[in-house]
Parts: sequence; C-alpha cells; structure tokens
Amino acid sequence: MKQPKTLFDKVWDAHVVTAVPDGPQVLYIDKHLIHEVTSPQAFNELEKRGIPIARPDQIVATADHNTPTLDQHLPVRDPLSRNQLTELSKNCKKHGITLYGLGHKYNGIVHVMAPELGITQPGMTLVCGDSHTSTHGAFGTIAFGIGTSQVAQVFASQCLLLEKPKKMRITVNGELAAGVLPKDVILYIIAKIGTNAGTGYFCEYAGSVFENMSMEGRMTVCNMSIEMGARGGMIAPDQTTFDYIKDRKFAPEGNAFAKAVSYWKTLPTDAEAVFDKEYHFAAEDIAPMITYGTNPGMGIKINDHIPVTGDMTFEKALAYMNFSKGERLLDTPINYVFIGSCTNSRIEDFRVAAQYVKGKTKAAHVTAWLVPGSQQVVQQLETEGLKEVFEEAGFVLRQPGCSACLAMNDDKIPSGEYCVSTSNRNFEGRQGQGAKTILASPLVAAATAIAGKIVDITNTLTV
Amino acid sequence: MEPFVTLKARAVPLATENIDTDQIIPARFLKATSKKGFGKNVFRDWRFDKTGHLNYEFPLNQKKYEGAQILVAGTNFGCGSSREHAAWALVDYGFKVVISSFFADIFKGNALNNGLLPITVDASFLKQLLLEIQTTPQLQLEVDLEKQELHTPTQKTSFAIDAYKKMCLLQGYDDIDYLLSQKESISAFEAQHTLSTL
Repeated sequence: MKQPKTLFDKVWDAHVVTAVPDGPQVLYIDKHLIHEVTSPQAFNELEKRGIPIARPDQIVATADHNTPTLDQHLPVRDPLSRNQLTELSKNCKKHGITLYGLGHKYNGIVHVMAPELGITQPGMTLVCGDSHTSTHGAFGTIAFGIGTSQVAQVFASQCLLLEKPKKMRITVNGELAAGVLPKDVILYIIAKIGTNAGTGYFCEYAGSVFENMSMEGRMTVCNMSIEMGARGGMIAPDQTTFDYIKDRKFAPEGNAFAKAVSYWKTLPTDAEAVFDKEYHFAAEDIAPMITYGTNPGMGIKINDHIPVTGDMTFEKALAYMNFSKGERLLDTPINYVFIGSCTNSRIEDFRVAAQYVKGKTKAAHVTAWLVPGSQQVVQQLETEGLKEVFEEAGFVLRQPGCSACLAMNDDKIPSGEYCVSTSNRNFEGRQGQGAKTILASPLVAAATAIAGKIVDITNTLTV
Repeated sequence: MEPFVTLKARAVPLATENIDTDQIIPARFLKATSKKGFGKNVFRDWRFDKTGHLNYEFPLNQKKYEGAQILVAGTNFGCGSSREHAAWALVDYGFKVVISSFFADIFKGNALNNGLLPITVDASFLKQLLLEIQTTPQLQLEVDLEKQELHTPTQKTSFAIDAYKKMCLLQGYDDIDYLLSQKESISAFEAQHTLSTL
C-alpha cells in the first residue's frame, strides 16, 4: 500500500528536483511573484555575476509596498520611492517579465492580485520576497516568503535549496457565532499557541470551519500563518477552490481545467497521514478578537481583560501600548482606523464592513483609511454600490497598495495614536514611529470607526 | 560572500525577546536599491529617541560595548517580515555572529546567505551568557565554525549547523553557485513537470 501523505507532502515531493547529499533539497518553483522593495538587489546580483534570468515567463511583478494610495496618476513625489518603482519597471522590461505597475487594471497588493488573476493554483509551489506569501496556501499551494538572496536564486535557477519543513495541523470544527470572522479565527489560534509555535513547520488548517470558509476567508487565515512562525499555511483544495479559480484570467480553460481539477482532487491529506504536531480548537470558543500588545499573539476576546501577569515581553508591550494589566479595551477612544492590507482588503472584507456601516455615520474624530487590495477590488466596490455606502457614512476610499500596514509610504499613523487595523502585525512602530496598533477584523474595525471607540460588537449582532 | 571560519570578538547583550525585523530595520528605510548602508539605521527606533538623539540606555549605544561583533539576543530573534535588509543592516553595522535560543526561519536563512552566523544555544546557556556580558562587558567570545563550538570565559557549548550551509560559510560559496551546477537536473525535471505549472 502507498504510504499515506499529507497535502503538503504531495505538493512538496512533486517538486523535488534533487538533493544535496545529507543536505537540503532542490525545490522547483512554479511561480515567482516580485515587487519593488525586495527585488532590486536580486536583479543587481545577477547582473553583477552575468547570470541570466532562468524563467522570466514564470515571474509576475506588481508595485505595492512603497506606492502612494492617493493620486497614483501623478509622478511619485518621494524620490527614493520613485526610484524603486523605476528600477522595477526597468528590470521587468529588460528581462521580459510581466509587470502590473501602478495604475494598471491588474495592479494591487501581490497577495490579492495574484489569486484574483488565477495565477495561484492548487498543487503549485509559489514564492515571493514577502513573508505573507503564506496567503496563497489557501489554494492548497506551497507558498512561502523568501529573502532577497533567495529571490536571486529563483531568478538564476527557478529553484531553491531548502530543508523540508515539519508538518503541523490545526483543526477547528463547529459553527462560528455571528460576527466571528476568519480574522478572529486566526487571531484566536495565534493567541492560543503563540508566535513561534509554527517555526520550522508548514501548517495545514482542517475541519469544518475552514471547509465552510470562502476563499477570501481562507486567504486571511493562511496569510497570518507566518505570525505564529510557520513558513506557510495550507488548506485542502475543494469545490470552493475550483469555483473561485474557474474563468479567472490565468486559470486553465476547457479540458485543461477539467484535467487540472481531477489532479487537484488528489491533493487533500490522506486519512492515515501523520503530522509532527496537531492542535484542535472548537469554533464555539472563538469570539471577535483584538490585540493589546506588540505581537500578534497578544490577543484577547473583545470583551475580555488583558492578562494580569506575563513575561518581560508582556511588560514591555503594555508599556509601549500604554495599557494596564487586567484592563479591558472596551471604550478606549480611537482616532485611527485602517481597513486594508494583504490580510483583509479583499471584496468580502469590504462587504462585511459596508453591511455594518450602511445607514450609520463615521465618528467625526476618526480618520479612517479604507485601502482596497487591488484595482479589481476598486471596480467591484463601485459595481456593487459599496463605494457609495462608505461615502455616505463619511469614509473615503483610497487607491490600492500595502499602505499603512507597513507605513513605507505616506500612510503613517502619528506617534502615540492607537489604530484599530485589519492588518497583520502590531509590532512597535509598524504603522509609523510610535504608532500603537490594535489588530482586529474588518467588522470590528468598521464598528470602531462608527463609534469612535472600541465597542463590543457581540452585543449588537444577532444570527 | 566572505568566508567565515573563526571569530574572537566582544559581544553586546540585547535580552529583549521576539525582536522582529521591523525593529532591526524599520520599513521606512527599505527604499534603497543596493545592499549597502543599512547599518546606520539598524535598530533605529531603539537607538534614537523621538527627537533623534542617541538613547544611551540602549546597549548598542553604550561605550562599554563599542566594537562588539557578536549580538546576543533574546529568544525568537528575527521574527516577522522576510526583509533581508535586516541581515544586511546587522552585517553593515559590523556584526558577524548572532546568538539566541531561537531564530525565526526566514531570518536565519537570510543571515546564512550573508555570512552572518546565527548560533542557537540553550535557554539556560543564553541566560548565563547575557548575565556574563552585562557583568564583564569586555569579555571575548570565541566561535569556531569548523568545530561548531562557542567558548565564553566560563562556558563552552557546541552548536548545530546544516553541513551544507557550514561548507558554504567556510568556503564563502552561496546557493546560486550550487543551483547553477544543477542546471541539467533542473532541465530534466522541467521536461516532465507539467501539470502544476500549466
């Protein structure tokens, strides 16, 4: 009998070219996504060594990390940022790499636009010089973030030298309560198992909660795998996956699609397959979450209290955030709200926010940045009338990009200010020097913008 | 890449745990297109206060640790963003070795790819080492990559490293050299690998 395999094993083993004796394996990479911030040094390295790009047709580029979210039709003001964008364009042109640059109808955050275009498909290996590449694992893809030296390695050989990671599985069964979103599920998991529980592992998410989740929701979950240290997260491809991919720009067509689906159906983990580590949670225990500290593991249920004791990291985090032990965050006044990032800037995230916001008005003192993940999301917001809903409630939609998630561009939260944010990292200064990030779902973020303070949405929502 | 064989150098303690790469090099400094010059902004927001003055409570700014080439840091060092700029910044600042009880995956790989040796030690060894450096800032640590040993004046430990990566560091080779030597196997693989690349 064939040895039972996990989803991860099946995809990994199908991509091993060879191995260094007693050393790492040579893993073939199907798709390589690049952006302006982590690629220039890799292009320079190859140039310097006179090495050509091995497979330019397997690379897709976008500009997202360091782009403005206003006036994208005008030249970028900051000279250093402009230079990075120019370098990307020059490098892509020179090497025949497809680039969806600023203003292009397919431009957007790399982890939003690639799935939207059907570039991401089950059973593939996909890398990008960005740790949130784990997002693409939602399709049953081995997807992970790499450093710039590795970007250069993929340029040179379409391969990477890697130790095969260990395997873990997180199973969540049951029914999520009203108002509990995929973001809450992953924040809950990380709060439970910690920010390094996944280091050295690839994580599969299994159970009815993920089976019943949309592709957008699955992407939100896989996106934050890296926040528990896991290089990647994966969810078994199923009918939801196939339906999402069908008819997208780069999806296989006709017979090729049918053939692909029949292959994709062989990928889910075999019943008897063994993982190195397993966790189980019940959906009923999960509630809307917020973070109080400076790493994504410092999360609590929205109406819960900050723990009363903790280690040095905990003490330091509370001092930075200006919160006290045992305190509740409810009613904390908030001046900044950010709905965006590769975690939560897809159409579904804005639908949830719009549904809550409809007929209400944003609190006057709140500055809310709504940053769609891609030009396609912008189009959908207009078509579905959501732009109008937001505008009537006093919100302004900006243009696509990573924006205030990492604050490389001008979208910075001022020092000392709290920001309730749908992004993925609440590290010190992540959203601007001295900024204090509180991670939450798009629903909690929308509710915060309306109330002008953190509110317990579980009070106002019914099934 | 510069080969790494042995090092005898002073160390600076940074006991903070979970130091993420946003702290090592904040995003606003990632706009350069070369690998050089990041050192001046390493730990920028911890080294400088809000008004741009040096924060003398931060170990890297203290005279007693001046010239240290080894960074000894709390557990889960280098978590978060994959930015290799973090490794470039540490190297550019003058570090050759980072010691911790746990490293985040991507940072560890990035460090090795830049000749910066990450050494993982026991939590108890780390605790003792941090104390020792704080008490005796002048003490010298010795690293022998060939023997995979780390010596302090009072302790000695061996450390693990992948045999291939060890060879790369000792010789100054990088993965591109190896991968290019595998061109034939890669082409052969591509010839039979169709379905998932479509």
